[in-house]
Amino acid sequence: MIKIGLDIGSTTVKCVALDENNNILYKTYERHYSQITNKISELLQKIRKEVPNADDALIAMSGSAGMGVADACGIDFIQEVYATRVAANTFIPKTDVVIELGGEDAKILFLSGGMEVRMNGSCAGGTGAFIDQMATLLNVPIEELNDLAEKHEKIYTIASRCGVFAKTDIQPLLNQGAKKTDVAASIFMAVVNQTIAGLAQGREITGNIVYLGGPLTFIPQLRAGFDKALKTTGICPENSLYYVALGSALCAEKKADLDNTIAKIEVYKGTGNFAFNKPLFQNQQELDAFRKRHASATVKRGELKNHSGNVFVGIDAGSTTVKGVVIDEKGTLLYSEYMSNSGNPVPIVKNFLTHIYEANPNIKITGSAVTGYGEEIIKNAFGIDYGIVETIAHLTAAKKFMPDVEFIIDIGGQDIKCFKIRGGVIDNIFLNEACSSGCGSFLQTFANALGYSAEEFSKLGLLARQPVDLGSRCTVFMNSSVKQAQKDGATIEDISAGLCLSVVKNALYKVIRVSSPRELGSKIVVQGGTFLNDAVLRAFEQEMGTNVIRPEISGLMGAYGAALYAKSLSDQKSTSTILTTQQLSVFQHEIKSVNCGGCSNNCRLTINTFSDGRKFIAGNRCERPVTKKSPDESMNIYQYKLKLLKGYQPQEGKRGKIGIPMGLNLFELLPFWHTFLTKLGFEVVTSPLSTRKLYLHGQQTIPSDTVCFPAKLMHGHIQWLLDNGITNIFYPCMSYNFDEKLGDNHYNCPVVAYYPEVIHANVSEIEKVQFFHEFVGIHRPKDFPKKIYIELQKYYGDITLKEVKEASKAAYSEYNTYLEKIRAYGENIVEKARSEGKEIIVLAGRPYHVDPEINHGIDKLITSFDVAIISEDIVSHHEKKKKTGVLNQWTYHSRMYAAAEYVSGYDDMNLVQLVSFGCGVDAITTDEVRAILERNGKIYTQIKIDEITNLGAVKIRLRSLLAATKQGKGQ
Amino acid sequence: MAKLVYDKTGRLIFTKEMKKDYTILFPMMAKTHFNIIKNVFVHYGYKTVLLETDGPEIAQVGLKYVHNDTCYPAILVIGQMIHALQSGKYDVNKTALMITQTGGGCRASNYIHLLRKALVKAGFENVPVVSLNMSGLEKNSGFKITIPMLRRMAAGGLYGDLLMSLDNQVKPYEIHKGDSAALIDKWTDKLTEVLASGHGFTRKEIAMYLDSIAEDYSKIPIRKTPKVKVGIVGEIYVKYASLGNNNLEQFLYDQDCEINMPGILGFAMFKVDNRLEDYKLYGGSRAKYIVVKKLMNYLEELESMIISSQVKYGFHPITPYAHTKSLVKGIVGYGSKMGEGWLLTGEMLELAESGFPNIVCTQPFGCLPNHINGKGMIRQIKRVNNKANIVAIDYDPGAPRVNQENRIKLMLAVAKENLRDELENKEEKAETKTAKKVSVKAVKK
Repeated sequence: MIKIGLDIGSTTVKCVALDENNNILYKTYERHYSQITNKISELLQKIRKEVPNADDALIAMSGSAGMGVADACGIDFIQEVYATRVAANTFIPKTDVVIELGGEDAKILFLSGGMEVRMNGSCAGGTGAFIDQMATLLNVPIEELNDLAEKHEKIYTIASRCGVFAKTDIQPLLNQGAKKTDVAASIFMAVVNQTIAGLAQGREITGNIVYLGGPLTFIPQLRAGFDKALKTTGICPENSLYYVALGSALCAEKKADLDNTIAKIEVYKGTGNFAFNKPLFQNQQELDAFRKRHASATVKRGELKNHSGNVFVGIDAGSTTVKGVVIDEKGTLLYSEYMSNSGNPVPIVKNFLTHIYEANPNIKITGSAVTGYGEEIIKNAFGIDYGIVETIAHLTAAKKFMPDVEFIIDIGGQDIKCFKIRGGVIDNIFLNEACSSGCGSFLQTFANALGYSAEEFSKLGLLARQPVDLGSRCTVFMNSSVKQAQKDGATIEDISAGLCLSVVKNALYKVIRVSSPRELGSKIVVQGGTFLNDAVLRAFEQEMGTNVIRPEISGLMGAYGAALYAKSLSDQKSTSTILTTQQLSVFQHEIKSVNCGGCSNNCRLTINTFSDGRKFIAGNRCERPVTKKSPDESMNIYQYKLKLLKGYQPQEGKRGKIGIPMGLNLFELLPFWHTFLTKLGFEVVTSPLSTRKLYLHGQQTIPSDTVCFPAKLMHGHIQWLLDNGITNIFYPCMSYNFDEKLGDNHYNCPVVAYYPEVIHANVSEIEKVQFFHEFVGIHRPKDFPKKIYIELQKYYGDITLKEVKEASKAAYSEYNTYLEKIRAYGENIVEKARSEGKEIIVLAGRPYHVDPEINHGIDKLITSFDVAIISEDIVSHHEKKKKTGVLNQWTYHSRMYAAAEYVSGYDDMNLVQLVSFGCGVDAITTDEVRAILERNGKIYTQIKIDEITNLGAVKIRLRSLLAATKQGKGQ
Repeated sequence: MAKLVYDKTGRLIFTKEMKKDYTILFPMMAKTHFNIIKNVFVHYGYKTVLLETDGPEIAQVGLKYVHNDTCYPAILVIGQMIHALQSGKYDVNKTALMITQTGGGCRASNYIHLLRKALVKAGFENVPVVSLNMSGLEKNSGFKITIPMLRRMAAGGLYGDLLMSLDNQVKPYEIHKGDSAALIDKWTDKLTEVLASGHGFTRKEIAMYLDSIAEDYSKIPIRKTPKVKVGIVGEIYVKYASLGNNNLEQFLYDQDCEINMPGILGFAMFKVDNRLEDYKLYGGSRAKYIVVKKLMNYLEELESMIISSQVKYGFHPITPYAHTKSLVKGIVGYGSKMGEGWLLTGEMLELAESGFPNIVCTQPFGCLPNHINGKGMIRQIKRVNNKANIVAIDYDPGAPRVNQENRIKLMLAVAKENLRDELENKEEKAETKTAKKVSVKAVKK
């Protein structure tokens, strides 16, 4: 009897028919463009025609998108991982491990030695879809991505968490001129790391490895990446695309009359039950009125061709597009271009400038300015006069349309920027965090995936009757929500409108965290390319319940603002330093990438060389590679703390070596434990400061892929100690931290408190050493010696209570000395900054944010703006416990509330909060710190940090903060 | 609206005047338990309404007023309450809200503060919030949990645990669909009456009613067939609340499984026991230790009553807390107390040991204690019990149900295969046995 297996994936349908001996009679693999039921019935009809005796075959269905259809049509549903397993056992009996990547899923199946199946968590997003997205970003087809990767020389670090993260890594690389070949290979490596880190969870991937699924079948370089990482050669079997379909065919037990089944599938329309919002427009009239209203926000236009006066050039080198404008002295728009940025903005800007010179060879460019991600390289490449931070550019442009504007929201290809304006000055800035960026480009990618252009797609939604409610979460989740809605019978129109609504909701509720239009004021200007989309604009007005202004040049506002800015600064008689026609005609640009090696950050530098021999270095965090001098670190408490910690060196002792992993709370407690253990006669060895390599070394044992990055790093540190032959490791559990009397309680967060337990449970090698991970209470100095003595006895029977008591005394004393030292140094920084008239930034985070791999050199970046840095623990002790709007119960976080109160008392101090991605506690602290600062008229700035190394967004925030402070003071 | 009174810190108090004509809204969690406990509040003069609303708009309202990275239960619970206030169903000038507050190093102890922040944002700053806690965290002149009330509530929780446990054991096998559900309704009404009449909360009476409940359940006609046995553990809200876990219980029931959900009593004992463990680990007041120890003993006694009723009428008894605790020794320390702490690990071990090796570990996306005691311990649990077949499911407003169900189905596919193997092994053994008997007989002949 014939067995038919169907695999309905997120993007494709696979179908096989087998005979009694499991020979494949028929197979097909097709994209379904979300027209799932049509595709299935089409395939089944084909099988009926082409395969003899298929009329009453056994049939079963599998795949993430097949569940609802299968149920409704009375076909047995086989879970897809299970199906893979059945197929692998049948066709490749000696398989040990299967690695399967699909459109959106990543799976590892351990078949031998205790069967286990792992699927990616709901956060890790798609892998096939991710590669698709990246290919779109690089503007190449997938096959070419593979060819590019083959020729790579270097691998860049790209965050391996989810597509959106990786995008924020890749974009700056491209903007800085990294080679596409290297980027392509780095993308594949990111997928490899993501799969291994996310799914192996401590289990080794060895033996006979089989690669399955679309991406691994079609992309040899991806397979090569896995081979390299796993130090093995896996096989990609014949029919590697069909394993799920084969498995479901093998599992098929139910006989089905094919005609009947086809009939059932054809009438299947889903449940029709999906959550939806009200339509964007009730009817065509409403839509017409809306269009008419928005057509009035225009800018005066003129001709560049015969213009004889002074002109100003503005360029916005954004993440996915490059915009350029030319204006005259009255702000009349003479010329503009909106160009897609396929990775490298330099040739695009060159073309733009060439076009200007062609249009008007006698042009008098008096001033020019550039903004956006590509600001630095464009400024250097073309001799642009000014570089300005995006926020200021947009504000300048918006004021031209609405002088008393109160709120500006800009949704671009990859980022959302919003700022509140009070008294003409930027008062508060909201930028999207790495996790929800990519909203505008997401619409585009989605439209393409469904077979539409972005423009067509967004128009579909305008008159949709039931816009799907897709929520306001990260774009990866939306992918699955869309599929669900489709299954439930939502039309393409409903989905289009729903996606536009989601973009708006993301901006409002995730980025700005607004709950009513009242908070934003009544004078709102919206801009950015995404708002050119009427559906998004309408969704915004609808969601906010207020009408807004969308300038006709909505997509050009950054460039227009830059031009206006150049105009405001340029002396009328001066000439711009911008390249002339002649210079432009011989312009050449070469890119080389090298590793800096000047310090532990090991920045990957991109060296751009221009035709006249000028050089521009990108990717650096500090000035060292440019000036060849070490940066001045005297005004940076983070560097001072590192220096102090370095002082705790091993001292030989009678009890031998004991290792302390340098992560999480042990950063601050090193003085305490180092002294304690040294006094007890141990030689205390610490793991080195974190590096990427150290992290990757431990990533196989991370059990939860959504835990914060600092916790993940701990695995690398433990691994380092193990690799270095340390046989005693000290990493105690601590529910409580020191009580600094600043809060209602003095807990550690659950992750900090109990991470030693995770290490114990998941790092298998730890069983071979003495791993002290008992619970200790340093918050009770009186009880501490007695209690820890009992725990120590379990490991080191010869230690006496007397020894412990003495060691404890010394430890507490050393900890206090350490605090005094950093506080004294901090006070010095403040004094010196004040005498030199420098701004002071309190870079508030946790003690472990001192680790350069965690803070990505943000401290150095800040000092490069010529400001002084102290940390929250330098000032918190000046404050007394105050009432907070939340339960103030974690020691580290209490310090931040206190620091926010303290900062509020000084004009020359601002607080910047470092937040680890995935830190649940910070969902509470960020709102509270913001509330304290805003209550006191201060600007709140938050920087989310993760594995990402992109400092572009960080720069925008800090420059905006400093610019706003300066503007505020000027008033 | 009653006169608004604030305490020193500016917190709006629930006054005696409010008690008279205010309706108190309380979010639903564990249905069986909460229905009985709610009626205790009603009996003591609090017009309490349990919110059982559901639908996607609740999460949307929550997302609008609560930080989006906060844990999912906070978004749902706060969303549900504000959604109710906005529905027009309640006079917002005569409505108060009630929420539990546990205290402890987890984010959950901040729910009440997040709720108050959200209320201000939504324009309901005149709606008082009552903290339901056992630690004396916030006091209200119009709301007081007296000892008799507490005893009734505790008894209600206990009955709830038994009813839930028996329902889970009987419902999948009942011959007349709906028998078990009808018994829950019957006993909810009856226990409400009993507790209101001043009975049902002394040791003796509790034992009697537990027995009658178990006896009633034993009379339901059932047909035992082999079913996949699934345990549910996790963060307390998403574990019990159908709003939080997309009706997980019903889903598993529809997939033809028998469910085992460890009860609330265990969680209560864990929270009490934490104080004892803190004393042992870090030191503290001996007198307090003795008082808490007494409470612990009392709870242990109640637990043993449930067990004896279950055993008496042939049911699978709940696992004693002390046993669950003994299982985690050497795997995770007793100091790991935030959230569900080591109990979560313990419950998985206990379930795997007692015939429920297939486990759904539910957690809100990014739940902090769960990184440690849930996902963090799965490897160790499998080492101790290689039959353990655990799937960790994240719940969050953006996590599509279809993905969650797909993952659970994977766990179930493996579970079904294991069940099939087990049955085949049994049959084989049975066959060889009969074969032996036959041959013996043949020889005798």
